[in-house]
Amino acid sequence: MRPIRKRRLQLVLLLVAGVGITVGIALMALQQNLNLFYSPAQIVAGEVEQGVTIRAGGLVVPGSVERDPNSLMAEFEVTDYQGYVTIRYNGILPDLFAEGQGIIAIGELGEDMVVTADQVLAKHDEEYMPPELVKAIEEAGHPAGADQYSN
Amino acid sequence: MNWTWFHKWGSPKWFFQKTESLIYWFGFLALIFLVVGLVWGLAFAPEDFKQGNSFRIFYIHVPSAILAQSIFLAMAISAAVGLIWRMKLAHVFVETAAPIGASITLLALLTGAIWGKPTWGTWWVWDARLTSTLIQFFLYLGIISLHQSIENRDTASKATAIACLVGVVNLPIIKFSVNWWNTLHQPATFTLTESPAMATEMWVPGLIMVLGFYMLFAYLVTLRMRSEILEREKGSAWVKAYLEKLNVL
Repeated sequence: MRPIRKRRLQLVLLLVAGVGITVGIALMALQQNLNLFYSPAQIVAGEVEQGVTIRAGGLVVPGSVERDPNSLMAEFEVTDYQGYVTIRYNGILPDLFAEGQGIIAIGELGEDMVVTADQVLAKHDEEYMPPELVKAIEEAGHPAGADQYSN
Repeated sequence: MNWTWFHKWGSPKWFFQKTESLIYWFGFLALIFLVVGLVWGLAFAPEDFKQGNSFRIFYIHVPSAILAQSIFLAMAISAAVGLIWRMKLAHVFVETAAPIGASITLLALLTGAIWGKPTWGTWWVWDARLTSTLIQFFLYLGIISLHQSIENRDTASKATAIACLVGVVNLPIIKFSVNWWNTLHQPATFTLTESPAMATEMWVPGLIMVLGFYMLFAYLVTLRMRSEILEREKGSAWVKAYLEKLNVL
């Protein structure tokens, strides 16, 4: 490589590295603000202010869903296996809402440590399977479709 | 190492002559892959156990998102080549690929929103993956308008190339956003290290669609580069000879 081209290559690499480091530092500083939701462990640990609108995310604990027979009111627990938080929601739950499913609730944390949600979103995972395969796996005695709640 | 091939492909005349027949192959393969992938994916692949038929938009959303990022990477590499070797053809690639990249990114954003509504329960959420992809769209628009706003061709090329190199920093952010932060968007189904988190009869049409999207891009960008070359070299003898052969002069 000719010296002039080598110098230009160095300049290009320097530019990319410089911008990369700058953006990297900015992102590290903003780390917490870039998370879309708080995990139940963070809420239990008191990282969340009460009375402020937050997003709380976690897996719906199987068997914890209680629906009011006379209204749309539903109450359920979410977990990241390190903490449990109760969510109260008065509205239509998304189609993908199910026990064991990852969800994100947008609402306020009350003094009773219950999140009163204005909106519930379903998080889906990266796994896709045809229904027949799920049936076959379940018949073989393994739970299928159990969400891997990474993050 | 022998670099002759590299310099040969840097010549507009060589590129124009070599892509003469190649472009038909790109177009032909794009058509085959896209038709087969779409019909297979939309009509014959099994539905998902949780999402039902709405998951089928996967076959357009995922290939367009992959391609939109690949185009940006290709543009950044090409921009670096253009800056270091002063290769005009590399700049031609950057400038002709940018509008295609912008359109494909918009397609990924729109199909994502359409998919998000029935599955997540919302069209849009400001999570790290969605936001960084929106930034990529704006970077494409910025690159296009930067190039158009500078009169002098060489200055415009240089400025555009630098913008590409600055913008490429966004790529790892898009890619790893789902791993670094809590997002509503799920992690990648396809990775280079592990087998897909998807049944075989579902990911094969997806792979065909990805190949189809790449071929479509190759076709479109070659087409645009060829016409840009004709425009830039219209005074040269070989272009005149070519046009005479076509009986357009």
